[in-house]
Amino acid sequence: MTGRWSWFNITSVVVGFTFLYLPIVLLVIFSFNESRLVTVWAGFSTKWYGELFQNQGILDAAWVTIRVALISASVATVLGTLAAVALVRFPRFNGRTVFTGMVYAPLVMPEVITGLSLLLLFVAINFARGFWTVTLAHITFSLCFVAVVVQSRLVSFDKSLEEAAQDLGCPPFQAFMKVTLPVIFPAVISGWMLAFTLSLDDLVIASFTSGPGATTLPMKIYSQVRLGVTPEINAVCTILIAIVTSGVLIATILNKRRNMQHKHN
Amino acid sequence: MMRAITNRLVIIIPYLWLLFFFLLPFMIVLRIALSDLEYGAPPYTPQFSLADGWNVMWEKLGQLDFENFGFLASDSLYINSYLSSLQIAFFSTILTLLLGFPLAYGMARAPSGIRPTLLMLVILPFWTSFLIRVYAWIGILKQEGLLNQLLLWLGLIDTPLEILSTNKAVYIGIVYSYLPFMVLPIYSTLEKMDESLVEAARDLGCTRIGAFWKVTARLAVPGILAGCLLVFIPAVGEFVIPDLLGGSGTLMIGKTLWTEFFNNSDWTVASAIAIVLLVVLVVPIVLFQNAQARAAEAGR
Amino acid sequence: MPSLGSIRRSFAPWDDPAAKPYISFKNVTKRFGDFVAVDNLSLDVYEREFFSLLGPSGCGKTTLLRMLAGFEEPTEGEIFLDGQSLKGVPPHKRPVNMMFQSYALFPHMSVADNIAFGLKQDGMEKGARDERVAQMLKLVKLEEFAKRKPDQLSGGQRQRVALARAVAKRPKLLLLDEPLGALDKKLREETQFELMDLQQQLGLTFMIVTHDQEEAMTMSDRIAVMDKGIIAQIGTPAEIYEAPNSRYVADFIGSGNILEGNVASSDDAHVTIKGGDGEIVGALRGSKAPANGEAAWFAIRPEKMQVSRSKPENVDNALEGEVWDIAYLGDMTIINLKLDSGNVVQASMINRSRLVEDPIGYDERIWLSFSADSGLVLER
Repeated sequence: MTGRWSWFNITSVVVGFTFLYLPIVLLVIFSFNESRLVTVWAGFSTKWYGELFQNQGILDAAWVTIRVALISASVATVLGTLAAVALVRFPRFNGRTVFTGMVYAPLVMPEVITGLSLLLLFVAINFARGFWTVTLAHITFSLCFVAVVVQSRLVSFDKSLEEAAQDLGCPPFQAFMKVTLPVIFPAVISGWMLAFTLSLDDLVIASFTSGPGATTLPMKIYSQVRLGVTPEINAVCTILIAIVTSGVLIATILNKRRNMQHKHN
Repeated sequence: MMRAITNRLVIIIPYLWLLFFFLLPFMIVLRIALSDLEYGAPPYTPQFSLADGWNVMWEKLGQLDFENFGFLASDSLYINSYLSSLQIAFFSTILTLLLGFPLAYGMARAPSGIRPTLLMLVILPFWTSFLIRVYAWIGILKQEGLLNQLLLWLGLIDTPLEILSTNKAVYIGIVYSYLPFMVLPIYSTLEKMDESLVEAARDLGCTRIGAFWKVTARLAVPGILAGCLLVFIPAVGEFVIPDLLGGSGTLMIGKTLWTEFFNNSDWTVASAIAIVLLVVLVVPIVLFQNAQARAAEAGR
Repeated sequence: MPSLGSIRRSFAPWDDPAAKPYISFKNVTKRFGDFVAVDNLSLDVYEREFFSLLGPSGCGKTTLLRMLAGFEEPTEGEIFLDGQSLKGVPPHKRPVNMMFQSYALFPHMSVADNIAFGLKQDGMEKGARDERVAQMLKLVKLEEFAKRKPDQLSGGQRQRVALARAVAKRPKLLLLDEPLGALDKKLREETQFELMDLQQQLGLTFMIVTHDQEEAMTMSDRIAVMDKGIIAQIGTPAEIYEAPNSRYVADFIGSGNILEGNVASSDDAHVTIKGGDGEIVGALRGSKAPANGEAAWFAIRPEKMQVSRSKPENVDNALEGEVWDIAYLGDMTIINLKLDSGNVVQASMINRSRLVEDPIGYDERIWLSFSADSGLVLER
């Protein structure tokens, strides 16, 4: 769609983006506020960041969260990629409808239901709740997101590439590993990043499935937020936003550069 | 032979995982919803288990009851939560559409050079923690918050508005959090649309607005529908937003479930709530899945 | 006096000083930012004319069409339709319809609804509308397809729906943007004649944009060859082909040979130029010969040259060279001859008989000969 960019269009884009970004920008600004009162500006200070690194509870929670996110994202990426291949490459197998349903349903399932049902599973099989239950829960719901991301790339993948590899003497499995996987790899990476951030952000499912000694950062933030807005929380949030934003920006720029190179070649 | 096995593993591994961690838990929820509450750990009486064998199971099946559902129906708290969840989700979906459509339209009309940047700017908040984005509004909406400060300073109001801890804040929170979900599908349908269709309508005698309704809006319907479902479905079961931004008067089913489970330790009622919530959402979820499947087929 | 080409036309309002133009571009300029798409262009098109705008992409031909349809406003200048200025008239109020390059069929409407769309906008009542739609479907031979959606049609059928939709409102002027661009060669040739018939039948003025010179030559009464926002030449297909006014036009239309030199001598009908290939004498274009010593170019079409093995006698021009390439196309054979100067000249021979004794082969040295009137001397 091309055409003139009218004033109406520019206005709606500006209004939309202001609405999307202003709250986050304000949050970041007030993390540098001198005063404990988060809504009254009292001068620039980084003292809340300093205090943050003294707060053992938050640091522990952050460490738990990072480990959960790393493990669950990696496992979910493998399983999700397999699921995507199954969906795209095998148009007919027994129980495909159920399978498709199980892949898409968690995308829109209310988190409270996913969390509750997983918790009840862990109770039913007598699995001690803690670090591993949170990790398993995160793998389950983020594998579906990975599957969707990889699937959309696989659908547009030119299958004749793989056929060419087979024609040149590559067995099917190797052809997949040597040709298809490298081509769809950017999608697999973005699937991993998505799974990682989903795990990093999740509050509800972690709250249900977690046990003693496995408090994640969102759980920690939530328990403090319920008590009110504090500059320390603003600081934690700012750090998280900075990490995620720079991650996404770097990924986008790298992707763009790769595409540019492709075009040049 | 090798090939058959690897092929099968590709399906079997994720299949088994999802069966065990997704479908089985639902069965358990259903079972517990049909059980009786007994105080202890776990706080429900297991009605039947596979170890008992078929006979016992059959016998116990007779004891299953819909008592918990009857309880949900009898207590107006639950019915009101469902209705109020649906109402809040419905109106916030419409509000999101009203804000999201012009944004998506403006983006699709932007010069093609800056479109990828705009797209990234819409996606970026999605990567940022949901909790953080909801939290950001508390400081803005509260009594002595930034919005009231601004409005007082501008002289638009004399006394601070009470927004936080009301349903208004919940609407704002939902619209804000789910806006990207609305914008993305609409944008992608509008962006793919051939601009010459609008010109053809103009050429055949439509005014600018006529062409918009008869062609642009009409062709954006699949995107609008997908966007609305993507907002509506999770909004019905939303917990964080009503909990942090809403007040004690805000009834939403996700919050009620959470309270039953964590505060009242009533696992059976929580499960029954989850089942009913799922039943309520089944139609929109199936609609969404069909749309997804159709889109996947079309992309093939 | 012999005339250009082989057709004598009875329809030639452009030669009649009393004829009133139907469409008039008066000093029209269109800029997009710094880019000048159309540069101070004036053009008259007459009623019932089949007029082609021909040129490479980016020459401004589509912009010209879009300004007529109302999708772009001229930056400077004015456009008149039937004597009325089109300034500020929005697209939906112009008695002009357009057939889009992409066809722009509404995907959510059936074939019949697509055709009826413009009629509904005009508020035509249902009975008359249905009748008109049926009539249009018959015209484009798609009666059985009325209920289909555009994505259930073949490319050729879609093209015909687009055409039917555009003419359903009986516009006085139909604009066609690369109407045959998406069709394959055979279908394109058939459709060219169908379009010509349709234009005759309905008595419409057609203005068509194309980059395909054969298409333009086949269908048009007149062609405007465009180059970077200006009209390089305007004329009948025969004028454009036989009397191009510049190397650009000679090169763009058909295949041509262009040899460079400087004017050696001239009289009131012919000019002799001298260059790397010796002296060549060609027809003078226009009335005034260029001064001696000026740079000039000799242009000649491949089919206007005779091929012979021995040096031809009593001819105005003769060139000797080595056969570089031979392409047998069935109806004719094309020979590329490398002259001693290094220039390659193309000649074509009609294959009149099936059997040829001792045909010309590669690496042979042969001669090309042509009369002074076969080629033109161009000044630019």
